Amino acid sequence: MSVLDARGLSCPEPVVMVKKAMASEENARCMTVIVDNVASKENVTRFAEHQGYSVSITEADGEYTLELRK
Amino acid sequence: MKKTKFEKPFIIISGCIIGVIASMLVFLGNPSNMGFCIACFLRDTAGALSLHSAGAVQYVRPEIIGLIIGSLIMAVSTKEFNPKGGSSPMTRFIIGFFVMIGCLMFLGCPFRMILRLAGGDINAIFGLVGFVIGILAGVFFLNKGYSLGRTHKLSKTEGSIMPIIAIVLLAVLAIFPAALKFTEAGGGPGAKHAAIAISLVAGLIVGALAQRTRLCMVGGIRDAVLFRESKLLLGFIAIFASALVCNLILNAATGTTAYFKLGMEGQPVSHTDWFWNMLGMLLVGFGCVLLGGCPLRQLVLAGEGNSDSAITIIGLVAGAAFAHNFGLASSADGPTANGKIGVIIGIVIVAAIACLNTFKKKKA
Repeated sequence: MSVLDARGLSCPEPVVMVKKAMASEENARCMTVIVDNVASKENVTRFAEHQGYSVSITEADGEYTLELRK
Repeated sequence: MKKTKFEKPFIIISGCIIGVIASMLVFLGNPSNMGFCIACFLRDTAGALSLHSAGAVQYVRPEIIGLIIGSLIMAVSTKEFNPKGGSSPMTRFIIGFFVMIGCLMFLGCPFRMILRLAGGDINAIFGLVGFVIGILAGVFFLNKGYSLGRTHKLSKTEGSIMPIIAIVLLAVLAIFPAALKFTEAGGGPGAKHAAIAISLVAGLIVGALAQRTRLCMVGGIRDAVLFRESKLLLGFIAIFASALVCNLILNAATGTTAYFKLGMEGQPVSHTDWFWNMLGMLLVGFGCVLLGGCPLRQLVLAGEGNSDSAITIIGLVAGAAFAHNFGLASSADGPTANGKIGVIIGIVIVAAIACLNTFKKKKA
């Protein structure tokens, strides 16, 4: 399972990153995304849910780790 | 249950509130179809600070101050005040500069474009067409890997500077107005404004709502194209619909056509040159996608402590001052030759910035 580090990236870049990862075969079913702001957390979550993924989020020290599964 | 279930109703309600506030600001004294215009208001503020000397457009707009502080208050209360920056600040300054050149060609930012549409100004449709083309150009580069690089965490002091500037401006406006320049009564759009307290409260409410909803005029169309996401676009549409309804009610209540008048000719603070309206907003749409948000969103992000957005605002202000000092800004008579050259140069430079921050990275 790959880890996408989207910390410090401004929207919509984290979502573009996730979209590209979803398109690649090996990452298609599950991936981990790390973001460092609430707007990116919301945007990645919304996009993933619309693509049929379930999203679980853990927060630590202002950073959010999103587990995306299909 | 989906985590984002309540987002859409919330942004639609917020958009409706913002549209009504924008329409009511005109009723309470703001220029027509200009309840809010981030570009015009930053330009007026630049004029009040003598950064340009166009006498018709000088006033410290409390709406701008309110937007930054409203966002700050909301961000602090939700623990989202997050000082950061360092993602190509000079590049953002330059893009902000040329976005303003595009706005002053069209005579409005994307927010005012919606309000002009809601006031029946057909010229804004050409602006919207250009805006969409510009956004599509930006999306092309995003899909190819465009990025201005990562931000870094910064100190609270750094993140607080733009909100402090806003508060200082408000204090000067309220306590030492003689230090500022103001358009004389009847002297132009700068003389038309709601009372300071009303403008400030309107800005605070809209700033807080825009912070919560992440409202962005460019983000709506961008996300619809890029991700088939409609959330931000719904906010855009809600503002248009509610301002339109409110304008029609105000027309009926006042027995005039001051708030909604369908047509191209004689529209307030606008011109009828469709080609340059389109090209101006093309530059704005393209530049704003590269910046990650429209001028309103930049104010809101600056309120959240983002110093890249603060630099972008300084770029917008510099662009406004330059546009009026060197005759680039359009007027009701139409665009100027200098303005046309400025927009062409702006499109070339913004396109070059997009290329340099997309294709160079691929090789690296």
